[in-house]
Amino acid sequence: MAKRIDVTNLNIYYSKFHAVSDVNFTIAPRSVTAFIGPSGCGKSTVLRTLNRMHEVIAGARVEGKVALDGEDIYANGVDPVDVRRTIGMVFQRPNPFPTMSIYDNVVAGLKLRGGRMSKSQLDGVVENSLRAANLWEEVRNRLNKPGAGLSGGQQQRLCIARAIAVEPAVLLMDEPCSALDPISTLAIEDLIQELKEKYTIVIVTHNMQQAARVSDHTAFFNLSGIGKPGQLVEIDETEKIFSNPSDKRTEDYISGRFG
Amino acid sequence: MTAVSAPSTLTASRGRGMRKFKNNLAAVLVTLAFLIALVPLVWLLYTVIGKGIRGLTRNGFLTQDLGVRTFQDAGGGVVHGIIGTLEQVAVTTVIAVPIALLVAVYLVEYGHGWLARATTFMVDVLTGIPSIVAALFIYAIFFVHFGAQFAGIWVSLALLMLMIPVVVRTTEEMLKLVPNELREASYALGVPKWKTVLRIVLPTAFTGIVTGVVLGIARVAGETAPLLILDKYTTHTNWNPFTGYQAALPLVIKDQVSNLGSSFSFTGGTATNFAPERMWGAALTLIILVMLLNLIARLIGRFNKIAD
Repeated sequence: MAKRIDVTNLNIYYSKFHAVSDVNFTIAPRSVTAFIGPSGCGKSTVLRTLNRMHEVIAGARVEGKVALDGEDIYANGVDPVDVRRTIGMVFQRPNPFPTMSIYDNVVAGLKLRGGRMSKSQLDGVVENSLRAANLWEEVRNRLNKPGAGLSGGQQQRLCIARAIAVEPAVLLMDEPCSALDPISTLAIEDLIQELKEKYTIVIVTHNMQQAARVSDHTAFFNLSGIGKPGQLVEIDETEKIFSNPSDKRTEDYISGRFG
Repeated sequence: MTAVSAPSTLTASRGRGMRKFKNNLAAVLVTLAFLIALVPLVWLLYTVIGKGIRGLTRNGFLTQDLGVRTFQDAGGGVVHGIIGTLEQVAVTTVIAVPIALLVAVYLVEYGHGWLARATTFMVDVLTGIPSIVAALFIYAIFFVHFGAQFAGIWVSLALLMLMIPVVVRTTEEMLKLVPNELREASYALGVPKWKTVLRIVLPTAFTGIVTGVVLGIARVAGETAPLLILDKYTTHTNWNPFTGYQAALPLVIKDQVSNLGSSFSFTGGTATNFAPERMWGAALTLIILVMLLNLIARLIGRFNKIAD
């Protein structure tokens, strides 16, 4: 179910602004890859191009190739809606649908896609997804309460449950813990370790300890200057990036001597 | 302050009295402005309730029409006006709300180019159109060209032009308040855009949209100019807005006004002119009607929140 991602010569533009230049990497299935780097270096932008979410912003466009198990997601005739059904996403701020209960939030993807499922099937999906997101025990008795009534950490796990309820092949996480307290962060990090058994996970984080804790591979993005496009400096095994990076800039950044 | 032991700069600061004075002055001015703004509202309510309650509570006021009664005959009510107003406003609402919602959705979710800018401009212009101009427009089209006869439906069409921009504007604002993150969350689940708008954006903005619709209704319910141009008053109840004269509460009020100063002779006793109490009663009825609509809208909003 989990799939490999190949990115080749990826260039991203916002109208005329060249945001990210010439990125190449491969992400193995059933692994966690962390994107780190200073603000504005394009790591979130690259993440969003992996499921064509950048297209929501007017004027954003992409050159190059992003392939999912060899299949180009930017090929002619590929519908971004289908891409996003295969590649799920969790956002920086928890964003459960405020008009829906916990239950409806989890099955929102299935229901809104228009698939017909019986009540018992949906019940099963809700329980499995919430269990997978380590939220089941906390909410099993109030599934019909609004999702917005949960704590921030619970809301974020609800959003993860919502994302995996539609059984994606890849899960993209855009700074999923930056709005959470340390305990909720720990819960999410543990969860990422469990999810990687089934999914390919890409996570953007500003927290280098977090990257070191959760990821198998780490990609370091950087800017060569203000107004210049962001670029991928290096991608390697997390252990190597944090102990013996091959690029001087990576070393400067992770040791805090950046700039 | 609490720093008593040492004469600190906090307590000794010069101009402190002045600052406090300014602060209090501002507070007083703001409160005063609020009270002044309240005066006409309270005064109006006091007058209308005080003068209208007698007529309103008369037996049959809300269950009968005036029929053949003149201003000197006791009894009767304004039910012909209530029915006319309700029907005309209902027809307007049924047509205006879908159009306005679609326009607002287009402007917020889809429109980017010149068409969106043109639409926004048109809505702005329409917002400022005087009701009598809207009425004349309908008159010019349907009466002059197609030989239409006076009826409630033409009033509804004129009100349409007044209601649509109000609902478009408020709905637009409400849709803009829906956080983009919710749209993105929906897209990221592989939900197409139209379904995101229909199932995520509109339900999230539902309460605000209902408020906008009620504001629109309140805006048109008391309109008089279209009634004077496109309809004629009758004292009989007409359930059919498409044919025949149809009364409406503002027309009832206006008809009473024309009888206010009527003098009449009556042999062998004193007579009463019922026009004033009917007029104020009808005015109070109109206010209560709009208030009820407001209340219903709030209840819908509340209900929606609980159902979350």
